Amino acid sequence: MLILTCPYCGVAADETELAPGGEAHLTREGPGSDDDAFAGYLFHRENPKGVHFERWRHAMGCGKWFHAARCTVTLEVFGTYAAQVTEPPRAIRDAVSARRPGWRWRDLT
Amino acid sequence: MSEIATALGGARSDGLCTVCEVPPLGMIQIRADLGATAVRDAVAEGAGVAVPDVLRATTEQGRTLCWFSPDEVLLILPRGEAPSALSALAEAMEGHHHLAADVSDMRAVLRVEGRAVRDVLAKLTPADMAPGAFPPGSVRRTRLGQIAAAVRMVEDETVEILCFRSVARYAFDLMTEAAREGGAVGYFDREA
Amino acid sequence: MSIRLNSGGRRIDRDRVLRYRFNGRDMAGFAGDTLASALLGAGQTLMGRSFKYHRPRGVVASGPEEPNALMGVGEGARFEPNQRAPATPLHEGLVAVSQNHWPSLERDVGAVNTALARFLPAGFYYKTFTWPRAFWKHVYEPFIRRSAGLGRPPEEADADRYEHFNIRTDVVVIGGGIAGLTAARLAAEAGLEVLLIEQDTIWGGRAPVDGVEIDGNPAQAWVDDTVAALAAMPNVRLRLGTMAAGIYDHGYLLAYERVADRPDSSGAPRHRLWRVRARRIVTATGAIERPLSFACNDVPGVMLAGAVRDYLVDYGVSPGDRTVIVTNNDDAYRTAIALHRAGLSVPAIVDARPEIAGALPEEARQLGLTILPGTGIAKVKGGRQVTGVALCQQGGDGAVTQEIACDAVAMSGGWSPVVHLWSHCGGKLIWDAEQAHFRPDPDRAPTGADGRGFVVTAGAASGALRADAALSDAAAAADRVLTALDQTAGDASPPRADVPSEAPLAPVWMMPQRAGADLRAKMWLDFQNDVKVSDVRLAAQEGFTSVEHAKRYTTLGMATDQGKLSNINGLAVLADARGDAIPQVGTTTFRPPYVPISMGSIAGEARGDLFQPIRRTPLHDWHEGQGARWEPVGQWRRPYTYLREGEGVKDAVNREILNTRSNVGLLDASTLGKIVVKGPDAGRFLDMLYTNMMSTLKVGRCRYGLMCSENGFLMDDGVVARLSEDTFLCHTTTGGADRIHAHMEEWLQTEWWTWKVWIANLTEHYAQIAVVGPKARTLLERLGGMDLSRDALPFMGWADGTLGGLPVRVYRISFSGELSYEIAVPAGQGRALWDRLLSEGADLGVMPYGTEALHVMRAEKGFIMIGDETDGTVIPQDLGLDWAISKKKDDYLGKRAQARPHMTDPDRWTLVGLETESGAVLPEGAYAVAEGTNANGQRRTQGRVTSTYYSPTLDRGIAMGLVWRGPERLGEVLTFPKVDGTPVRARIVSPVFYDPKGEKQDV
Repeated sequence: MLILTCPYCGVAADETELAPGGEAHLTREGPGSDDDAFAGYLFHRENPKGVHFERWRHAMGCGKWFHAARCTVTLEVFGTYAAQVTEPPRAIRDAVSARRPGWRWRDLT
Repeated sequence: MSEIATALGGARSDGLCTVCEVPPLGMIQIRADLGATAVRDAVAEGAGVAVPDVLRATTEQGRTLCWFSPDEVLLILPRGEAPSALSALAEAMEGHHHLAADVSDMRAVLRVEGRAVRDVLAKLTPADMAPGAFPPGSVRRTRLGQIAAAVRMVEDETVEILCFRSVARYAFDLMTEAAREGGAVGYFDREA
Repeated sequence: MSIRLNSGGRRIDRDRVLRYRFNGRDMAGFAGDTLASALLGAGQTLMGRSFKYHRPRGVVASGPEEPNALMGVGEGARFEPNQRAPATPLHEGLVAVSQNHWPSLERDVGAVNTALARFLPAGFYYKTFTWPRAFWKHVYEPFIRRSAGLGRPPEEADADRYEHFNIRTDVVVIGGGIAGLTAARLAAEAGLEVLLIEQDTIWGGRAPVDGVEIDGNPAQAWVDDTVAALAAMPNVRLRLGTMAAGIYDHGYLLAYERVADRPDSSGAPRHRLWRVRARRIVTATGAIERPLSFACNDVPGVMLAGAVRDYLVDYGVSPGDRTVIVTNNDDAYRTAIALHRAGLSVPAIVDARPEIAGALPEEARQLGLTILPGTGIAKVKGGRQVTGVALCQQGGDGAVTQEIACDAVAMSGGWSPVVHLWSHCGGKLIWDAEQAHFRPDPDRAPTGADGRGFVVTAGAASGALRADAALSDAAAAADRVLTALDQTAGDASPPRADVPSEAPLAPVWMMPQRAGADLRAKMWLDFQNDVKVSDVRLAAQEGFTSVEHAKRYTTLGMATDQGKLSNINGLAVLADARGDAIPQVGTTTFRPPYVPISMGSIAGEARGDLFQPIRRTPLHDWHEGQGARWEPVGQWRRPYTYLREGEGVKDAVNREILNTRSNVGLLDASTLGKIVVKGPDAGRFLDMLYTNMMSTLKVGRCRYGLMCSENGFLMDDGVVARLSEDTFLCHTTTGGADRIHAHMEEWLQTEWWTWKVWIANLTEHYAQIAVVGPKARTLLERLGGMDLSRDALPFMGWADGTLGGLPVRVYRISFSGELSYEIAVPAGQGRALWDRLLSEGADLGVMPYGTEALHVMRAEKGFIMIGDETDGTVIPQDLGLDWAISKKKDDYLGKRAQARPHMTDPDRWTLVGLETESGAVLPEGAYAVAEGTNANGQRRTQGRVTSTYYSPTLDRGIAMGLVWRGPERLGEVLTFPKVDGTPVRARIVSPVFYDPKGEKQDV
């Protein structure tokens, strides 16, 4: 039962007010993409033990989708941020690095 | 024009708090980029009420504007004023990408009053009902039991709950049960 | 025999007698008693039978950790099994029955299992019930079922009510003993919001019983003062009778408040489940005493030394006249001294330690008590009651050195911190060799959202067992909380306790140390599940050396008490059998709840009418009044059909269909989703969402559209109307409104966020009524206000206007194949429109119809239904809907997926109509068989039924189905076996059974 702070309304929302949306920062592959790329987009997901980026929706609230950077082991939340980005913003990456030295974006293992 | 039926016909119950369905109101849903000053000003002009801050409601001359999301507010006003307010909004918002829709019949409004109102609500919602976190003038869209609802703290001991019309009966029964005599928690209302 | 003394008992009020019933007998106790103390006070030592061997059992403990004294409490609709007698406050009229015996507690037939104990070792079930296989059904399973379970389930619906309570606070302190009170006070003085909860019905914990002095005063006085001070602080909330059940992620705590466990008329909920979000949690949960493992340590009369002290001091009850103390530590001497001072006989203090030097033993010696160092109990004598003990050298093999007659034994194997709550959310433990217990490792606390530990332990829960250490530990715990929350300490200074020094204990995991197999087979570890030292050793011997395996093989710690007494002792025995140190063995996982909580409290208010929200349309009350049979559609209730007096369901459906096709029918279509999409990019957006081209739709017109997931599968359908150049209204299925609205928001917010589109889900603003049938136009014209002629409002057009003075939007769309108008009106006027239609259309034969008629009529027309023809694996192309898939668009959601080879495979099963040769109705979901078998030896299939109905219009069965290369095989006959194997033959036909040219809807 997590609490995540919605970056749009600032509410520290109870997990029962949120809807999960799986891994963040996927790139949509449409017509013309090759089979591997499309399969990757549709099916292949990271399942890291550690730093992870997820999509959540403040469904029972302001209705906005947002991103959360958190640790799947300690449940530490490094930050939440708007959904209108294709990769975690610098401030979030710095926050992760400060707590997990040596960590690199997309180095999710 | 025939009479407007509310979902519950003005149902009322008494317990730790009174719960009653309010008579028909006018409501207009407005979606627009409230982060843009020009849009904000246009909404305020069209609605006749200042645009509220995040998680707040503003009330002026019988009209209330509730913050619902960064790009959505709900204008609550006397039923008869809805058509003219829609026109005024259309005029004021001319040139601004927006959506304004009459949703007067879409929701039910329950007024819950009594000293125990925070204790009663805290039985049903995970939102923080502490006076410091939810002072009068606040609006929270949240979960109430198993439904989505907006909770507006009107005054110290008065709350209005907005829920979809189809679940009005559930919401009313839910509030009535939570406010049943004997169930005083005495957490926020320490005199209980 | 246990007795009530003439004096003493700080918790009872001897002036207030409470009557209760136990096993049908009238009994009496005092206000303040627990069920256990009242029974003991009445001389009732025997309180239950053990689970496996049906051994006679008495109460062992004085709190919720009790494994033996489990009772069925209450009657009828208020009956609850497995209630722990020492944690059940007595009240007037309480009714309790003991469990797990037949025909009576005193004479129990199942006790024969004791004699068979030697044949019922650990793993007995796994070994015995495997072969022969044929025995399973008639021998083994009935046997296991009869032996399984503890207590009797309630048979009536629960008469009480329950509720939840959600709060957020800075600090929750769990445990109202001296450590919890201290931590709460220090946190509160610093200005934090504090909730202090205590599972017991009084504050203070063990300190008042143990005679502790705090700041120069008796503990009770200090407790009273501190509670009064806390109660006066506006930032403090205090709750007795509230047990912390579990600690979860991000500071989430479940606490179980017993508000009104006795039935009364106040209307109070029985239990309240607190769902607390705390920034920090202090667990001041104390410690639990460990039993000692000696032979026949389960005979009624053998109790924990601390519990004996509790019963004596708290309730004025003595478990026996002559109590032998057996211990490995100094604390148990408090019991000896207390019993002696109460005028009771303590024949001997049997101490396993060879050297005894502490202040408490010294005091006992001065009182003239006999201390036997280096000694252990070889065996307890007695059956249903202790009659004596045989003693031996602790270091030996159990050779009896002397026997002492007694009727009670008070045992202490040392104390273990209550680490459960600390461990629930991942807090780690370290082994404390000196005190022989696991305690929380403060450096490995469960972490919260800020990445730091959010649980802090205080007092005995940290392993600080003595009162002085507990108080300074509690102060340190408060300090850690204040530091973590950036709070400055208040003025209050931490209290100090005055207690005698204690000598270290000597770990004793088996008594005597070199006991042989005979004795080990009678040393109980887990009293409730009947697990003995011999069972754990057997598990290890048979290879179940992992602690989790050994637990499951032996069932150690798996009973309702979750091994609160047996855990550490069991681990130690396992470690010894493995030849490892205890920390290498580790512990099993502690899981919530700490003590079982009622199912009702978990459900809260969600029962009866509030079990789940029922969504009602604006016409719901009318339907209800007209005999509607309800069909649940999601949370909506829609009329399936309207039953008339004396009419069967099938007849009603047929009547509604025939009337609609010949006269005019009304359908409540309010549940259909209505989502407005507006903006300069609205057309572009809908082109991506629908497989069709929506941007070319003309204002004033409607178009049927399909929505697919990115995986290509059909997920929803509905009619889209273009309201203006930049505004569309999208109808969704009943179940799809919220889902599709969310789907639209998701793509707008997370993929195409630069597109200028706003959406609004207006579903519930409108009542929507379908007016369907050849006389539909006539009826609407009678209401007046709009030109609804074919020229003014052609098929697939819409128009705004008024009907009978009501503001409406009329869509000329048809899901039945008839002339049809769907009329949207503001919900508050929906009933008015409905009533007008019924009254104006009376002579036209107007009649409402339900969802079943709707389904049949759409099937007669070959229209698909989401959820019937689709199941998440069906693409539009499977349904012959290629006409609704734009070939001109570069992209739409699902397009790429539909290009995958298996999606374009001509061998896919495709939609056809099916007509039985006999005219009968095909069974729902039936499969068409093909020649041969598959790799698993199963009959091959070549198609399945997706919709099947009796059509009153055609007076025969009609069906739709997905069939291998279906449309290429028109005229072929397929065989569909019924459940009983008999075949039904059906011909492949066009799915459009009625008015294939579509002439009726376009008049």
